[in-house]
Parts: sequence; C-alpha cells; structure tokens
Amino acid sequence: MIEARIVRILTGILGKEHVSTEKADLLCYSYDATQQKFLPDVVVHPATAAEISLIMKMANSEKIPVFPRGAGSGFSGGSLPTKGGIVLVTERMNRILEIDSENLVATVEPGVVTEQFQLVVEKLGLFYPPDPASLKFSTLGGNVAECAGGPRCVKYGVTKDFIIGLEIVTPQGDIITTGGPTMKGVVGYDLTKLICGSEGTLGIITRIIIKLLPLPEAKQTMLVMFASIDGAAQAVSAIIGNKIIPTTLEFMDGRTIDCVRKATNLEVPEAARALLIIEVDGDREFLAKQVEKIAAVIQPLGVVETRIAKTPAESEALWQIRRSVSASLRKVNPDKFNEDICVPRSKVPEMIRKVDAISEKYGIPIVNFGHAGDGNIHVNVMIDKKIPGEAEKAEKAIEEVFKGALTLGGTMSGEHGVGIAKAPYIPLEITPKAADYMKAIKQALDPNNILNPGKIFLDN
Amino acid sequence: MAKLKDLEAYREEIEQCVKCGACRAHCPVFGAERREGRVARGKIALSQAVLDGEIDFDAKVMEDLSQCLLCGSCGAGCPNKVPTEEIVAAARRRIAQEKGLSTFGKGVAAVIGRPKLMNALAKTGGKLSNLLFKKLPENSGLRLRFPVPYLESGRTLPPFTDKPFRERCPDRIEGEAGKPTVAFFTGCGINYMYPAVGEAFLKALKFLGITVIIPKDQACCGLPAVAAGAGSTVETLAEQNFAALTREPVDFILTACASCNAGLVKVYGDMEGECAELGPKTRDIFVFLLEQGLAEKLAELPRAAVRKVVTYHDPCHLRTQGITQEPRAVLKALPQVEYVEMENAGTCCGLGGTYSVYHYENSKKIGALKAGNIETSGAELVATDCPGCIMQLQDSINHAGGKQRAVHILELLNEALPD
Ligand SMILES: Cc1cc2nc3c(=O)[nH]c(=O)nc-3n(C[C@H](O)[C@H](O)[C@H](O)COP(=O)(O)OP(=O)(O)OC[C@H]3O[C@@H](n4cnc5c(N)ncnc54)[C@H](O)[C@@H]3O)c2cc1C
Ligand code: SF4
Ligand code: SF4
Repeated sequence: MIEARIVRILTGILGKEHVSTEKADLLCYSYDATQQKFLPDVVVHPATAAEISLIMKMANSEKIPVFPRGAGSGFSGGSLPTKGGIVLVTERMNRILEIDSENLVATVEPGVVTEQFQLVVEKLGLFYPPDPASLKFSTLGGNVAECAGGPRCVKYGVTKDFIIGLEIVTPQGDIITTGGPTMKGVVGYDLTKLICGSEGTLGIITRIIIKLLPLPEAKQTMLVMFASIDGAAQAVSAIIGNKIIPTTLEFMDGRTIDCVRKATNLEVPEAARALLIIEVDGDREFLAKQVEKIAAVIQPLGVVETRIAKTPAESEALWQIRRSVSASLRKVNPDKFNEDICVPRSKVPEMIRKVDAISEKYGIPIVNFGHAGDGNIHVNVMIDKKIPGEAEKAEKAIEEVFKGALTLGGTMSGEHGVGIAKAPYIPLEITPKAADYMKAIKQALDPNNILNPGKIFLDN
Repeated sequence: MAKLKDLEAYREEIEQCVKCGACRAHCPVFGAERREGRVARGKIALSQAVLDGEIDFDAKVMEDLSQCLLCGSCGAGCPNKVPTEEIVAAARRRIAQEKGLSTFGKGVAAVIGRPKLMNALAKTGGKLSNLLFKKLPENSGLRLRFPVPYLESGRTLPPFTDKPFRERCPDRIEGEAGKPTVAFFTGCGINYMYPAVGEAFLKALKFLGITVIIPKDQACCGLPAVAAGAGSTVETLAEQNFAALTREPVDFILTACASCNAGLVKVYGDMEGECAELGPKTRDIFVFLLEQGLAEKLAELPRAAVRKVVTYHDPCHLRTQGITQEPRAVLKALPQVEYVEMENAGTCCGLGGTYSVYHYENSKKIGALKAGNIETSGAELVATDCPGCIMQLQDSINHAGGKQRAVHILELLNEALPD
C-alpha cells in the first residue's frame, strides 16, 4: 500500500482528477493483453513531461516503482504493475504536435493511437509504414517502447527504423532529448535506438520525432496457395531473389488453413497446405508488371491457385482470409498462447516442422502463421486451461519452441518483447556477459530500479 | 413468463474477453473520454470483479457502468464477439436490485410501463413543448417527468404530438390478397414524436399492397428500461407486446426504429419465455420493403432532374445486427435523392437513450463528431432509420450551427411515392 502522503504529492503535481486510488481504477489498469492481473496502488494520468519529471523525482527518492502504460495492448506484460506502485498512463498525451511535409518529419506525443497518426499523415500524401495488427488501438509510445512491427516490415522495417529522435524522462526525473529531426546524426551514442524496444525500463517517452515517407501511389494484393510450406518458403526466397521486395509477405500454414476452412465459409481448396498473401506497392504502372513477374517466378513451386485482386474490395476479400484466423482459432480450443518467434527467412519451413513435431509430442494443437518475409512466426499453442495439466504441457512445448528457434539462429520474440512473459527464458538467448552489460545500462540510468522493475530481466 | 438473464449467467461471455484492447478503437464513450473504465474492456473487468466478490458496486463502479451507450459497437468489433452491452445491462439490473432504481430510472419505469400515462404526458408535452426549452420551476411536477438535465441542457427536442400516431390510425389496413400480413410495431418515437414517419410507413406498405395490423395495446419495447436497469419493467413490457403482437396471425412484425428492432430481436431473443419467439418474425422495414420488390418499383419512377443530396447515418442497433446495406439501397433507389456516403457513417450518434440524459456533455461531444462528418459530406439531409438518432442528429447539427436536417428514410420515400 502506498502512503496517503505520496498520493497527496501526486495530487499536488497533477490535480485530483488525474490521480486515482479508487479500487475500480486500480482494477482497470491491472491487465494487458497477456491477461495477467496485478493491481497498482495508484493510477496517474499526466499531461506533460514536466509533470512526469516531478513524479519520477518523487518516485526515485521514495523508491516507489513506476509502470508506464500506453493502451495496455502488450502481449508480454510490459505495462503490468507487478510490484504495485504507480501506473503512469499516457492517454492524455495524445497530440500530434507537428507534421513537417517539407522535411518529411513529424513530432507526436506518446499517447497518439498509431492508426490515427497514419490516417492524418496519409491525408497529406505522407506515409508511416509500421503497422502492428494492434494499430487501431495501440499507442505510438507503446510501439516505440516495444519496437513494434507488422506485415509491412519486410519492405520498410520496424518502428525503430522510423524514429529519429525522442524526448524522455529518465528514471531519476531528468528530461532529455535524443537524436533530432535530421535524417543524419552521429553525435554521441545513439540513445534513440537504445530506448526503442527498451520496454519502458530505461525512460518514459514523452515526445517522438518520426521520419515519414511519401505515400506510395497504389498497392496490389495477391493470394497464392501452395501444396506445401516448402513451396511457400521457396516462393519467398524466389521473389526476394528476383529483386522484388513486396510490402507484405504473410503466410499461413496448413493447420491454420484447416481452422479457417472449418470456421468460415471462405473458399480454400483442399490441396492448399500453405498460403501467402503478397502485397506490392508503388507507382501504379509498375504494380501490374511486378505482380505478373511474381506470379511467373513462383509458378513452378507447387502453386495450387493464385488470386489477384483488381479492386480494393477484392483485396479486402483476400485479407479476410488472414483476418478470420484469430476468431477461427478459438474454435480449436478456448485458450491461446501466442508466441512470436523469428528465424532467418529461409528457415521458416524447418521451424514449422519442428513446431509440428512439438505439437505431436505434447498432443496439443499448435497453429502457425505470420510474416514470412521476415521469418516472424506467430506460434499459437491452443489449449483448454480448464483441463488439468494442459497449461503445464503448453509451457513445456513453448520452451521447446524457443529452443528450436534459437538453434536455427532465431530469436524468442520478433515483436512482442520480453516483459514478464519471456523474462524467465532470457538466459536461453542472451549470454550472461551480454546480459551483464544490459543490466549495467539499466543500473546507470535507474540506480534505484524504480522504472518498470522486474521486466525483461528477472529481479533476483 | 419473460425473464432476463442475471449477470451471473454472463460469466462465460465475460471470461471470453482476452483483454486485447481492440474495443478501444470502437467505443464512442472511450473516444470522448480516454479512460479505461469507460471502454468495454474496463467495464467487463469491473463486472468480473463484482462477480468474483473483489469489489462492490461502489460509486466509481456504478459511474463507469453508467458510461455506456449500450450501442454494441465494441461487440461488433471484438475478435471474440463479447456482448459488452448485454453484460453492462445485466450489471445495471444487478445494481438496481441491490441499490434500488435511480430516481430517473424510476421515472423511466413508471412512464414507459404505463402507456396511458405516456399518452397523457405526451399530450401535455405537446401543449408545453415550447416551455420545454425554458427552465421550469424547481417545484414543477414536470421536472420529475422530464429529466432535469434535458431541460437545463439546451437540448432541442422535437415537439411532442397532440395526438399519438396509434390514436390516429385504424387497427387494420387491408392490402392485396396473396401478399403478406404484417404487424407494425410503432415504438414510442414514432408514436409520440414523429407520427409523420408512421404515416409514411403506412403509405409505403399500401403502395406494395401489404395488409397492416397496428395493435393498439402494444407498449414501449423496453429499451430505455434496459438501460436504466429496470429489469422487471422490461419483462412486463415484453409480455404485453407478445400478447399484442400475437393476437392475430401475422407473417412479420415490422419496425421502423432501430432500437425497437434490437429490442424485439436481441433483448427479447435473449429472454427465457415465449417473448423470444417475436425476434425471428421481426424485420426492419427496409429489409422487408426490398424483399417485397420496392427497389424494382422505384426504378420505374422517373428520376428527378433536381435531386436532394442525402447521406445516411447507421443506427448502432441495426449496424451491429449487420443491417447496413438495405437502408442505403432504398435511399439510392429514390428518384429525388442524390446519395453521398459520409465519413464514419457507422459510428454512434451519441444518444444511447438514457445515456444522453445522465451524460449529456459526453453525448454532445460524440454528436459533434457526427455533425462535422455530415457537414463535410456536403449533404443537405441526413437520413436514418431510428427516431432516437434523428433527434440526436438534429440536436448535434443545431449545436454545431449547421443547416442540415435529420429525417427518417420513410419521409423521403413518402415524397417519392405517388399519393
Ligand atoms: C490483437 C493484438 C495484435 C497485436 N499485433 C502486434 C503486431 O502485429 N506487432 C507487434 O509488434 N505487436 C503487436 N501486438 C502487441 C502490442 O500491441 C504492441 O506491443 C504495442 O506496441 C503495445 O502498445 P501499447 O500502447 O498498448 O503499449 P502497452 O501495452 O501499454 O505497453 C507496452 C510497453 O511499452 C511501455 N510503454 C508504453 N508507453 C510508454 C512510454 N510512453 N514510455 C515508455 N514506455 C512506454 C510499457 O511500460 C510496456 O512495457 C498486438 C497486440 C494485440 C492485442
Ligand atoms: S471486449 Fe473484446 S475487444 Fe475488448 S478487450 Fe475484450 S476481447 Fe478484446
Ligand atoms: S456498448 Fe458502445 S458505449 Fe458501451 S462499451 Fe460498447 S462500444 Fe462502448
């Protein structure tokens, strides 16, 4: 429990309206998409970096943990107040401060919802490519903190590739800026990149400087069904080998297709055991040619059927197959563990075979889909938690999946981060020495370990 | 016996919420006030905590649960289709049971539960409608009848009619042999505020030769009572409507109000008892008219040279049932209409029945977004399929200083059909 004195200080900084110790509010900020639950002692809604600075100074001297939170859509528990303390919500910091069309740079506050930012810049003919599937509700601050990625990463890269400067409040309460609005900048250590993906453990992001691109004129979508996952994987290599980088290269494995087939009336032929959604963007006149070339290059690789969308509505219909996955999985089993391993592109089929073997060994369905273009596989372990022993089996299976990915030169997380969900597995991927250096950085910035403690690394 | 489900009965639905946060993109209340307690996920978490005995219905929980339009937008956008609006309604019933109905909730239950009183009130309202915009003295009995926030908020209300629609029309209008027979469920909006919509309804059905029965003893569908948590009132009304609508055999029950449609289809559909039988028979007027070949008949009419630019607002209670194309198809088929689509036609207008009474400021904020979209669409008329939406849309336009008018599609159809 937090002392009344601390709550009074917070109220002094923020005003009564923006500090709450009401049980209802504590409950409402106790969860994220991992569905775990930890109650904070107090929830605060600051509006400025100056206010956050005062909060952090107080928290640092009083040694009270602070947990930054955007939309709470995280899949690794990053925003959960695992030790009580203060949940600091960025919901009020949701202004787009500047869009500089001439220099292709924008400055925003962290609570801006990703899609809203995209829509605003697209109206100006500009483009912010990172597109996590949660873009309609997750915040740019959360995206930066997790270094979120999405289907368009194959061509454009992840969130950090578009972040060129930040303002952060350090755990000790200083307000510092990193990087800036220039396309180049090599003075000093690149703290911007360090903060991107630091999962809210090194500083609270209060302002984000974003690099923009011109909006591509058009895009075209195609859906290709293959007789095997190998065909699909070879297709990915063949496309990229032919110097075409699509915007999107999404895949679904045979089990995913089965789920969709069972749960919806979307037509997918029986012979299809893997499927790619390929999207290209750019100047209108090049697109048709690119699509033709892709179709030709992959034709010998066991293609069962190719569908090319001619209108946005047809394109939407193709994406519908991908979008129906989530709901169709629930019909397999009620509870889902969604892991997001990433392996080198060419190792995708091998990884899927490993996962299939693990699924068989433990007798639990595992369904794979994801971003073939960058080797990011969403491994969905489907269980019914109500059945005794299932959860434990799932845990073992997941550990084997991680190990499998690592032996192929991959990583445990391509998108969702470590948070608390993967913290126990960190030693599998990061050597003790490397971990020591990381912890040294944390120690330097946050000597009292008050900012998002217990995340990424287990506290011991 | 009609029986609504208890909050406990929703446990499974509640547990289906995976806390992904997707509803943040769909909830109009959250859009106006970005606090987790205001979004579906938060309201579900609170309902769950109440069921688990982790928290009581304290003032804050009740406030958060009152902040819901029951629009169903969250459920429609939810990957797991969690019916938050039903959960919130069930939670409000539980609150009413534990704490008693709010004063306003009591008012709602007393008025809509008694059609005679409602008729009397509407007539007084008709005479006093000018007065409604002015402050009434504190001790006026009307203050109890018409919720104070309405009177003090500057909301523009349509004038109540002197003679309710159902008192003006016959019990039965004979159509052509071999065509279906339908019952018209008028709902309160049409009966007391927009009788012209009711007239237009009858004209449209006459045009197609349909036999219409208008049971005089039908009552309010009960949706305001659902919102207020007045469960037993809803149950009584459902039974009353069941009796009224099944007295004579009909092929369909037609509504021209999105909320009534949802009331009959969804609320009654979820009840234990025979009232649930009404749902499958109930059709939205435009779904029915299209099935009866209205579009083809309209296509035979000459296209007007000068046409009105009209846009469409999706009432939540139809949109979340997947009825979005039919009203548009009728509008597009009208000879005197030039149809334009507005941006975000599918977001809630902000009325939410009793929501706009308790939370008029938020309701206005949500409505203001709508008014802006109507303005940018370039339309002179915004047509819809729900009297409640019409009222709210007009109020929002008035507050924004716009010139557009909100109308029911049936009014436009009325203009197009030969007398
Ligand atoms: C349905 C669904 C689909 C998803 N799809 C994807 C996907 O395709 N790709 C992907 O990468 N992720 C995806 N995610 C995961 C999640 O949406 C992302 O991690 C997202 O970036 C989190 O943003 P948020 O605003 O919800 O942050 P939160 O969940 O609130 O927080 C995430 C982390 O960021 C920290 N944080 C938040 N704001 C700040 C700040 N201002 N300063 C410092 N730290 C901060 C928090 O402490 C926490 O550690 C998905 C999640 C869901 C539920
Ligand atoms: S209600 Fe649906 S959309 Fe909202 S958090 Fe729960 S599962 Fe997600
Ligand atoms: S029913 Fe409407 S107002 Fe209520 S939580 Fe859902 S989206 Fe929000």
